[in-house]
Amino acid sequence: MPASFIPTPAEYLRVAPEIILAVAGTLVMVLEPLTPARRKRWLGYLAQAGLWVALAAAVAAQHAPGAAFSGLVFVDGFATFFRVLVIAAGILVALCSYGYLRREEADRGEYYALLLYSVAGQCLMAASAELVLMFIGLEISSIASYVLAGYLRGDKRANEAALKYFLLGSFATAFLLYGIAMLYGATGSTMLEAIGGALMKKEAGLLVSAAAAFMLVGLGFKVSVAPFQVWAPDVYQGAPAPVAAFLSAGPKAAAFAIFLRVWLVAFRPVSHRWEAVLWASALATMVIGNFAALTQSNVKRLLGYSSIAHAGYVLVAVTAHSEAGTAAVMFYLAAYVFMNVGAFAVVGYIARKGERYLEVDDLAGLGARQPVTAALMTIFLLSLIGVPLTGGFFGKFYVFRAALDAGLVWLTVLGLLASAVAAYYYLRILVVMYMREPAEAAEPLPPQGAALRLALWTCAAGTLLLGIFPSVILGFVNQAAGMR
Amino acid sequence: MNLLDAVLFLPLIGFLLLLFVPRDREEAIRRTALVISLATFVLSLGLPLGFRRAEAGFQFLTNLPWIASPPIRYQVGVDGLSLWLVLLATLLTPVGVLVSWRHIDKRVKEFFAFFLLMEFGLVGVFVALDLFLFYAFWEVSLVPMYFLIGVWGHERRVYAAVKFFIYTMAGSVLMLAGIIYLYNLTGTFDYRVILEQIASGKLALGRTEERLLFLGFFAAFAIKVPLFPLHTWLPDAHVEAPTAGSVMLASVMLKMGCYGLVRFCLPMFPGAARECAGWIVALAIVGIIYGALVAMMQPNMKKLVAYTSVSHLGFVVLGIFSFTQLGMDGAIYQMLSHGISTGALFILVGYLYERRHSLEIRDYGGVATPAPNLAVLFMITGLASMGLPMLNNFVGEYLVLQGAAQVNFRWAVLAAVGVILSACYMLWLYQRVFFGETPEEVRSKVGDVRVRELAAMLPLIVLMVWMGTATQTFLPPISATSAAILEKTRVNQEFHVQARPSTLPSHERQRVVQEMPRAR
Repeated sequence: MPASFIPTPAEYLRVAPEIILAVAGTLVMVLEPLTPARRKRWLGYLAQAGLWVALAAAVAAQHAPGAAFSGLVFVDGFATFFRVLVIAAGILVALCSYGYLRREEADRGEYYALLLYSVAGQCLMAASAELVLMFIGLEISSIASYVLAGYLRGDKRANEAALKYFLLGSFATAFLLYGIAMLYGATGSTMLEAIGGALMKKEAGLLVSAAAAFMLVGLGFKVSVAPFQVWAPDVYQGAPAPVAAFLSAGPKAAAFAIFLRVWLVAFRPVSHRWEAVLWASALATMVIGNFAALTQSNVKRLLGYSSIAHAGYVLVAVTAHSEAGTAAVMFYLAAYVFMNVGAFAVVGYIARKGERYLEVDDLAGLGARQPVTAALMTIFLLSLIGVPLTGGFFGKFYVFRAALDAGLVWLTVLGLLASAVAAYYYLRILVVMYMREPAEAAEPLPPQGAALRLALWTCAAGTLLLGIFPSVILGFVNQAAGMR
Repeated sequence: MNLLDAVLFLPLIGFLLLLFVPRDREEAIRRTALVISLATFVLSLGLPLGFRRAEAGFQFLTNLPWIASPPIRYQVGVDGLSLWLVLLATLLTPVGVLVSWRHIDKRVKEFFAFFLLMEFGLVGVFVALDLFLFYAFWEVSLVPMYFLIGVWGHERRVYAAVKFFIYTMAGSVLMLAGIIYLYNLTGTFDYRVILEQIASGKLALGRTEERLLFLGFFAAFAIKVPLFPLHTWLPDAHVEAPTAGSVMLASVMLKMGCYGLVRFCLPMFPGAARECAGWIVALAIVGIIYGALVAMMQPNMKKLVAYTSVSHLGFVVLGIFSFTQLGMDGAIYQMLSHGISTGALFILVGYLYERRHSLEIRDYGGVATPAPNLAVLFMITGLASMGLPMLNNFVGEYLVLQGAAQVNFRWAVLAAVGVILSACYMLWLYQRVFFGETPEEVRSKVGDVRVRELAAMLPLIVLMVWMGTATQTFLPPISATSAAILEKTRVNQEFHVQARPSTLPSHERQRVVQEMPRAR
């Protein structure tokens, strides 16, 4: 037990991002009823500013690494990386949302407040070193996400998506909580470090195995790996496009962060027993995600299945159970945030008002009508396929390198073959964009807002930067992967 | 920064430059592409001039760090093998630009931009000496070709483009697994360091390990060559691609596979390569005969030429896996010859298509009457393709057959059937298209070659004669390199000393023949 319960200034700095995000979110909520309708977009800009300040705080906190609040929070490179990642995802999604919400005539403050809360929860998840705090972070993030998924109240699909997400999500959370309770019963602690120590000392019994199984179920749901992936396509299809982009980036990255922390710190002594389970799950996820995506005609649903497949690749790196694997997870998720948010942003833009144009065929002739947008989309799709000189390729490269290093030869070969299958459905989008003429009656595309354009260019630049000069984050990632 | 880097990056600069030219200034776009590609070619001519021909090692080396960890380096260089392949790519790019001058009339900007990007990828593949860099170029060259087929191709272009991409991708991910595995064993992607480790025994692969790695690399290359029965993407891709796409595909891109076999499969996994050689040679011979037979029966000119590629590249694989000096020299020579003569054939078929808008042989006849010069060009190219002495293909095919005969005379006999068949399909094609009755459609539409068209063909015709007569311009660097590569394949092969080889059973005899010092 630490000597004093009164936090020092350094400890406040270590949770500054969460504080800033929560305050900004609350401020947006409070100002919402006071803002006249035509000024609502200022709330969006306020949220944007809040995210940037939080980003700065997350970077600043890295200069004072260590524990805070009796060891509940632990700021290290790993935490900083994921905080920066989820905040960056929040920034990109906010940029895509301005034009989208105005178009859907739903430009209200709650959206941004929920976004900020969700990001705050994810930051907390990334930095927590204790199971209950981790759980609280997860809940803050999840509940905000449930509401965001159903944000367009008039939209039936969005409501269905939100309800499905909520029901299955809460179910998964219950599993996780149950697992936490069992683990507490077995080891007498909720601190990850202490649990790891306790499991090291004594023979792990049935209770620990049950706890691990329950927590795996809960975490598996959150990162959407097989056999707990069924919710993902429905939710991604139904949720508003920027929210779908967000769900595939922020919550997923944060969930993988706690997955790694729990698995590599708390369960380290016993996790090798579960390798076969993760192995099978990773393979099933890649196969199901990629093969199911082959037959999809709705772009959002297709990207939903593709995000399952990508979760499978990340799980391969988790299965490797090594520092190289952790680094690979981090790099992959960073690349994934850029390419997937970018792809969803383009889809949300093409969909036009009310998201009426979501079929793959609706992208026909984009290459001729909007060459720049099509070129940016091409970069995202090539990155999702994993063509060299894009972040997606390097991500896959590190993932499978870690897997081979850990002796997972067959998982690597099968995973790579599955990723070759994936090329087919991404190519279909490229084919339609460049090789088909637009339909006669196609509604003209609305003008692109400056914010959306900024988001798209940033995503493309990030994708290419991580592909051509991966060293920019690689050094940090490799260092941070050591955790504690 | 040396000459080779300039040759490599000039097309990329051209690609970026074209992105900024307004799309409605089509003539300026065409001219820029031509100037850049010609400049690249002229620069690349400096490579053979400055090349020390007797040396087997890499020259024009550049070695710069790219990514710190894992240590990936920008490392490029050429030896006697890649030198000529680079020249092939830089020569055929301006030729392709000239051929596409009027043929491509929609989305001109994208077409020429992709064309230059492809040149960057193709040259990169041949010069990369870092496995990771090689893989990156390998995939980068794939994307522009996919668009060239898919956007500017004929009716079934989308099917062909996707098939092309998926086939290549499926092979190359296996190679990627192999590359990563090798990295985990050696801690480096550096091709030369890996070879040194193998030579010094620092990297000793287990038998199964080596075999799997070999197959991983081989899968990627065999699909690209393409080796029978993995060739099915090729006819589709060729028939649907625009003329310049077919030219680059046949002349340069297929050579990526052959190049990979020689550069990587043989020296890195010599044991497995020798073990599997029998099977591979069998497939190559089947490909030679099958490709020729199918070509003979084709009603579509482009498909016919595509199947001749399957047949001709069978010779290349046969030569490589004969593990003889002559066979290897011949295989490399055949790569270059095939690039020139098949590229020329595709160009000529493209000229016919631009006039008559048909690829079906039955729509033609008596073309020699309205277009005598075109007929002459086609005659020379056709004769070159079927391996007439004094023209380029003869040299490669002869050397391959000689090399194969040293190992197993039956191989040479069977492969020689392919040469005979090539005369059949080519002469028959020529007869049906250029002689006989001239239908009204042909008489009115088919005019003779224009100056620009002639300009694209002339360098190729000159090279056909040059490569067929003055082999010493090209062969010495090739021989030096292939001798060095063959030397590396002997690393872990046990030696049998036999006093009386003639009494041995036939498979033993083969091995002894392989061990004989190479003829000088």
